[in-house]
Amino acid sequence: MKAESSQGSRADAGALPESLPRVLVLWAPDWPVVAARQHEKLPADAPLVLVEKGLVFAAAASARAEGVTRGLRLREAQSRFPGIIDRPYDPALDSRAFEPVLAGIEELIPGVQVLRPGMCAVRVRGAALYYGGEKAAALTVIDRVNEIAASDARVGIADALFTAVHAARSTSAADPRSRGGRVRMVPAGSSAEFLAPLPIAVLEEPPIVTLLMKLGISTLGEFAHLDRLDVRTRFGELGGRLHALASGRDPQAFVARTPPLDLDVVIDFEPALDRVDQVAFGIRSRADDFVAGLVQAQLVATAIRIELDSESGEVAERVWLHPRSFSASDVVDRVRWQVQGSNLIDAGLSSGISRVRIVPETVDEIGHHETGLWGSGLEPRIHHGLSRVQSMLGHGGVLVPTIEGGRTLQSRQRFTAWGDRSVTERSPQRPWPGVLPAPLPGTVFSSRHAVHVFAEDGTTVSVDARGHVAAPPAQFSTSDSRSRTLTAWAGPWPLAERWWEAESPGRSWRFQAVDDTGCAWLLVLDDGGWWAEARYD
Amino acid sequence: MSYAIDTLEHMFEYEQVSPVSASAASATAEEFSAGREASSGATLTAAERVAELQSRISQMQSRTLSSTLIPTHPAIASLLPGGGLQQGSVYSVDSSAMLLMTLLAAPSAAGSWCAVVGVPEFGIEAAQRFGVDLERLVLVPHPGDQWLAVTAAIADVVDVVVARPPTRASDSAVARLASRLRQRKSTLLMVGSWPQSEAMVSLGESQWHGIGNGHGHLAAREVTVTVTSKNAGRPRSARIWLPDSSEQIRAHGAAEMAPAPLTALPHKVSA
Repeated sequence: MKAESSQGSRADAGALPESLPRVLVLWAPDWPVVAARQHEKLPADAPLVLVEKGLVFAAAASARAEGVTRGLRLREAQSRFPGIIDRPYDPALDSRAFEPVLAGIEELIPGVQVLRPGMCAVRVRGAALYYGGEKAAALTVIDRVNEIAASDARVGIADALFTAVHAARSTSAADPRSRGGRVRMVPAGSSAEFLAPLPIAVLEEPPIVTLLMKLGISTLGEFAHLDRLDVRTRFGELGGRLHALASGRDPQAFVARTPPLDLDVVIDFEPALDRVDQVAFGIRSRADDFVAGLVQAQLVATAIRIELDSESGEVAERVWLHPRSFSASDVVDRVRWQVQGSNLIDAGLSSGISRVRIVPETVDEIGHHETGLWGSGLEPRIHHGLSRVQSMLGHGGVLVPTIEGGRTLQSRQRFTAWGDRSVTERSPQRPWPGVLPAPLPGTVFSSRHAVHVFAEDGTTVSVDARGHVAAPPAQFSTSDSRSRTLTAWAGPWPLAERWWEAESPGRSWRFQAVDDTGCAWLLVLDDGGWWAEARYD
Repeated sequence: MSYAIDTLEHMFEYEQVSPVSASAASATAEEFSAGREASSGATLTAAERVAELQSRISQMQSRTLSSTLIPTHPAIASLLPGGGLQQGSVYSVDSSAMLLMTLLAAPSAAGSWCAVVGVPEFGIEAAQRFGVDLERLVLVPHPGDQWLAVTAAIADVVDVVVARPPTRASDSAVARLASRLRQRKSTLLMVGSWPQSEAMVSLGESQWHGIGNGHGHLAAREVTVTVTSKNAGRPRSARIWLPDSSEQIRAHGAAEMAPAPLTALPHKVSA
């Protein structure tokens, strides 16, 4: 060991700093579960399971106790413990929920490096002097994190990141009840001794680790005993780096993050407001601050998230997109529409609004959104006029149409509320075999009408599986109108969409028919009977 | 006489006597005398003469109110009084989506904004095929009880508005809307009948081509479009293709075209 270390220090004496920076790593175990639990407001012992692509990604301790482990299929997990609450895994939520924790730590100790959501590192030397020892600093951090995130946070302190991470991980064996058990300190200069008994698998580089295990090397200590140059010759750059990690020399540089600008705006109402116009009035000046803050940072928001806390503890959040960028009055409108929901303008709310939080979800450089010399984008007059109509009818009152890809008339049209950005899912440029031939009907019923179609002898017209019409349709009637005689008809054109899906619409047959007034109809026969889908008028 | 009432309304709206009305009055006198000279030689019955004079009066009246026309499809423009849709006027249009789209297409193509109020089943894809620019089309499908206020607010900013009144409006509301339209110079197309409309555009006998009994598909349609104007004599009508087999709208005699032949469709439509 002694010879080895002396050889190592000779080989790269310049690379190793004389006084190693002491690093504190904070680890919040099961962070995805903690974040999801916070988001869903579930109790701490809820058997929450996060699912990604049908497999269990993370499971709460209470679910793990029942045998639910990572990588199980959801159905298998449910059979082991039927009581699990399964939610889709959202990586963005992890990072978002970790943000307040980082901010909390930054208040105590500056210069935080994020390793991944749920794990971060700070340099501890200054803090140790300030709080009177490394352990005291660690306990302060743990208390703060538990206060923010209600998780079982652990801390490891060592000379380098890799060692500190594994020191934090090694705390789980200790009694988690006692505060002291949550901190593991590796004394300065003894990283190698601490790492030596750890299994080689902690290096997390499967090809090299497997090979080393086949060579009979099962702990980090044994790996570190190998000659550094030999390892480098045999395993290349990556092997050399792993060897350095195993010997307690982490070459990774510590890079503290730059704290992001705080552009969020939070407005508290005390007492809670229960009228839409009061809320809209209350946020007006802060909406100006919000936009001014963005402008100061040379940014504009193109999407914002609005979170509403109500007195009864409900949280309603929604992301609003803007076709260009948000101005203060746009923000006020979005808050009003969200508060309003389906209620009418002057109706009271079911529960008072106690807090409004406006977060810029997507921002862009302000330079990209500057009005051109000769004006650009929409005429503001039109926007104001239509926004006024929206304030009368609600956000969804004024719609902008776009054409989408699809086979039925209904699926080809898409309506976006005025002021929202339209998001097209299916391209209309692609070929869509089975669409109606031109000319298209001018009237497309928003909900199709049930009709009856009769043959000459008064029986209902049917189509067999091979597309054979039993008897030519001679007349049809809607439920509320007189019967119309058909003078011409064409069809049936079969349409079988998404037959592999459980809730597929099934097979349908389309007909065109002209009645005696000269009006033409698009009639559809499916499992539910005859329908009038559109009118050529 | 409605001319006098309109002049008064005009005066109150703008809080002044507009110079237009003064010059129009003199123009009226000139035209009157010219008309008398022209018709003195001809042998006209009294009824025909009254009808002719009435149509002249109405033409002159409409010119004093709003002299500018918005782009109108040529097949229909020739039927309308004044030779096209006028700014600041209301027209009643039969409940036919394709007719509405025909009237919207020309102003939309010329860069005007269009709005459709209270017609949730307006087929936007057909509208696009007929030449309505969807970038400049807004829909208010369910205005509910506030439809008059919504229509008025939209007419403030949008050039051509289609509206379907769910209820009958009071006479005072109709007059208020009419004066607001005149002021804002926007055109309103009312689906169904509407009091005080400049003209009524209705759809007569229609005939579909391209479809048989169990074969072919809808390809083209011939319709009779009739325009009955407020106080000009006889309704004028024309036979137009709405649409023809290449999805164009044109007057029947505009270009010779054989009726669309029956077309066979591929029977299997895969999905």
